[in-house]
Amino acid sequence: MASTATLRKPASGFRISRKMLPYVLSLPALLVCIGILIPFFTAVIYSFQRYRLSQPWARQFNWGENYLNFVTDPAFWNTLKVSLLYAGITVTLELLLGLGIALLLQRRSTINNFISIMLLLPLMIAPALAALMWKLMTNPSFGILSYLASLVGLHDFRWASSPDTALLTVVLVDIWVYTPFIMILLLAGLRSLPTQPFEAAALDGVPRSFVFFRITLPMLTPYILTATLFRLLDSIQQFDIIYAMTQGGPGNTLTVFQVEAYLNFFQSTNVGRSAALLIILWAITYTLSNVFIKNWLRLRERARGEA
Amino acid sequence: MDTTSPLERILRAVALTLVVVFFMFPIFWIFLMSFQTNETILSIPPSIVFSPTLSNYAALITGKLQTAAGTLDIAFMRNLGNSIFLSVTSVAVALVLGVPAAYAFARHKFKGSEDIAFTLLSFRFAPPLLVLLPLTQYFQWLGLSNTYFGLIWVYQLICLPLILWIVRGYFEDISADVEYAYRIAGHSWFATFRKIALPLAGPGIAAAGLLAFIFAWNNFVFALVLASADKQPVTVGALAFITSSGIQYGQIASAIVLSVTPTLALALYAQRYLVEGLSLGAVKG
Repeated sequence: MASTATLRKPASGFRISRKMLPYVLSLPALLVCIGILIPFFTAVIYSFQRYRLSQPWARQFNWGENYLNFVTDPAFWNTLKVSLLYAGITVTLELLLGLGIALLLQRRSTINNFISIMLLLPLMIAPALAALMWKLMTNPSFGILSYLASLVGLHDFRWASSPDTALLTVVLVDIWVYTPFIMILLLAGLRSLPTQPFEAAALDGVPRSFVFFRITLPMLTPYILTATLFRLLDSIQQFDIIYAMTQGGPGNTLTVFQVEAYLNFFQSTNVGRSAALLIILWAITYTLSNVFIKNWLRLRERARGEA
Repeated sequence: MDTTSPLERILRAVALTLVVVFFMFPIFWIFLMSFQTNETILSIPPSIVFSPTLSNYAALITGKLQTAAGTLDIAFMRNLGNSIFLSVTSVAVALVLGVPAAYAFARHKFKGSEDIAFTLLSFRFAPPLLVLLPLTQYFQWLGLSNTYFGLIWVYQLICLPLILWIVRGYFEDISADVEYAYRIAGHSWFATFRKIALPLAGPGIAAAGLLAFIFAWNNFVFALVLASADKQPVTVGALAFITSSGIQYGQIASAIVLSVTPTLALALYAQRYLVEGLSLGAVKG
């Protein structure tokens, strides 16, 4: 610190360039931003138009009609229901499972570190490929999971090809891929907690359930919030796993927002409806991401502070 | 905390074993399947004891698949090449664009800096199709449909926020005093950036690059929407392969193994940085 105070700013000639420098440095990133914002605004315009690729001549502004139609459209309510259900179930289960595993692995030991690295592998597999792996394992004629299901008396258990169990199957794949994400974040959080409160509690013989609910959980809350919001933001937009596994089927069982928008655009070529769906999804994620970013920034400050 | 009862230790071990089995079994099983002939795969009950064959990998690598109905051409090696090319180039572009910007955001508070940084961050959480669907039309007008150039540009949506926010954190961790001292010794701004800031942030930049590579490699939806068969990476190619080759399950399994090996290897290599990368710099491992 002393060096900056005594030596002040060097050379005067570079003052002008110093002012422009950060702009010059961030200009390319800024241009990419603009390049992305243009299609975003185009999507907003599409969402206010009657626009079908099959009938380009009939393209015209219909203002809020695409959105108003949703109110009486059972397919839209199904999309909303399935998306919320999918996000709710996956994130809740992943949080419980991830927290449990993180607690099991909390103590630093060779075996625990080894296991935590192994558990990261599913997270590093492309979700679309993970879905294909599970597709092979749940194949009705040779899949190992279909075979195991038949051993416990579930003959003809059809996994993703039956409307009754399709949601369960994709949720299972999501859990397999993303639980490690929550686990690794919470594990890092657990291991960064100060040790004194725990030592004091152990010394006083405080019951362990009390320690968990009154010390561990409150101190872990910022990490839990960030991990949960992170996952919620991704999960409500899930596309890869569901599309690779069932393409939204069977029927419309799994037509979550992005899958429905994709099918609307490419199969029924209804660009207006597709764009309106995505704008609604964007509004949901934008609201969530504002909450998320606040939390995320707080954690980031803390991580920088420790460095 | 070593006052655990034997019962508890057994319960913990059982729980951990179940966890490891659940998360590792699919990888293990697909790996086995990739060395099996279709007859072995279709036999019931499934067995772990079999005579392994490399025929699946051979078929993928030569691009010729012998089936009962004749020889089938498979372009999987092409997909693998596309994945490597797209991921490497996208990360290189993101590093060239992102590292200077990260440095600017870390060192200078300037008008709009936080706005740009947060706009980039918000791309990470916006529905990708919202941008991709209008882009299909822009790409047609611009002649960018099904070009590597167009794909690499869109891949910046994943790579750039990651690079920017992680590398920014590494630059913030370096004390600015070192750079001041070097500047005072008469060196130019660029020399300071190149000789002092870059080497000090080097490991962080490398880790961010590796992570961006993993995310680019694993991306599915960008290429699904914007690329035709000859430009598709493995994630999209493997899905197309399933529908085209029908029941060649052994080859599908080996295609999956080949597709996931690079990211798994890199993840093991860079695991020390994974926590920080996955949380975009919010949590340190």
